[in-house]
Amino acid sequence: MAAVKVYGWAVSPYVSRALLALEEAGVDYELIPMNRGSGDHRTPDHLARNPFGQVPVLEDGDLTLFESRAIARHVFRKHKPELLGSGSLDRSAAVDVWQEVEAQQLHPAAGAVVVECVFAPFLGRARDQAAVDANVEKLRNVLRVYEARLAAHRYLAGDFLSAADLSHFPILHYFMGTEYAGVVLEGHPHVKAWWEDLAARPAARKVAEFMPLGGAAKKQQE
Amino acid sequence: MATVKVFGLPLTNTARVMVCLEEVGAEYEVVNMDFLAMEHKSPEHLARNVTTDSVSGSPCSRLAKGILGQIPAFQDGDVVLFESRAICKYVLRKYKSAEADLLREGDLKDAAMVDVWTEVEAHTYHTAISPIVYECLLKPTMLSIPTNDKVVEESLKKLKKVLDVYEARLANHKYLAGDFVSFADLNHFPYTFAFMATPHASLFDSYPNVKAWWERLMARPSMSKLGADMAAAVKAA
Repeated sequence: MAAVKVYGWAVSPYVSRALLALEEAGVDYELIPMNRGSGDHRTPDHLARNPFGQVPVLEDGDLTLFESRAIARHVFRKHKPELLGSGSLDRSAAVDVWQEVEAQQLHPAAGAVVVECVFAPFLGRARDQAAVDANVEKLRNVLRVYEARLAAHRYLAGDFLSAADLSHFPILHYFMGTEYAGVVLEGHPHVKAWWEDLAARPAARKVAEFMPLGGAAKKQQE
Repeated sequence: MATVKVFGLPLTNTARVMVCLEEVGAEYEVVNMDFLAMEHKSPEHLARNVTTDSVSGSPCSRLAKGILGQIPAFQDGDVVLFESRAICKYVLRKYKSAEADLLREGDLKDAAMVDVWTEVEAHTYHTAISPIVYECLLKPTMLSIPTNDKVVEESLKKLKKVLDVYEARLANHKYLAGDFVSFADLNHFPYTFAFMATPHASLFDSYPNVKAWWERLMARPSMSKLGADMAAAVKAA
């Protein structure tokens, strides 16, 4: 039995962010599946693990963690500190900056489009096209900065792969399964190359299997 | 003259950085940016929102346009950074001492708990409390736009649910990450301080553990000093 457990539904980009970190770190783990529709995240047992009633939750020995980015950081800190730029003030700062850009700039825009285009049907509502249009516009502005950054550096934090790059994978994987994939891929040759490199990683391919409505898997269904 | 510069107004996200600098006792200078005059979108400021060339240590000359012409920006010698929480971590790491270890990166468990509650502030606490600050304080005071009461009402509902969780957490722990003050607690300073200047401050009276935690934080020299700076900045605006 694995010492590390992840609770949640792997179709969630947040749960997948945690799983990707574990896969990249080569850590043995057990995914404890939960059912959103049955309200598994609101049971007393789960609230004892995460008082906010969200997924993922990670149990690592006597440590119980929530918030996917905190989980990923813990996994890297413990098993692959180089992915956090640990030990170097410059590197760790660069990783932190681009993790913040992902969390504060890219995710809100790309995530909103994904919610409307991919998840709205499962949430029992119609797509809000106005929200999609507004967020596509925001995303275009953000991607200009990414294109400039990735023209100068192979990865976001510099010449090394980091937690910042990996943090982008799940939500972008879903975004690439929408009709707006071109917003990322077209006119951004460096973003495109960076994305394809990321998605080709064995850990990313493994985690993509949990998210069939995204990326290349979706294209295969068509 | 200080080599450490923070570009911004001593409010909100800039104050987030300042509280960290105060906690570690670093010498720094605040270069006031006039948000309303849109100085933060000027070419000079946009050039500061650049990324550091981590190999040579010198700022690269790329302009970050549009959304990244934001405040705060930060300069420490050759290092130029943006995004307030990233700046904070750099400061707390670089100027860490026996007295001021607010990230606890030397201990896996402690560091993980700091990260968890830092994320909670960023994605859950902040999203509930900041609309109230914006509607009740920033809009009427600095922008002369009336408050949207519906937004305030919805945000208060969300905030109460968040404070329910905080109340339980702080019943068993002196601070959010454990029995030690950390970056997770500091992150709450700017917007909570501003919230206390809105008509809804008394909400915290219903959460005695949260209120006690807040008062412990405000008693820290870093926060009582910055609290005075922030109050002055709002008055001057």
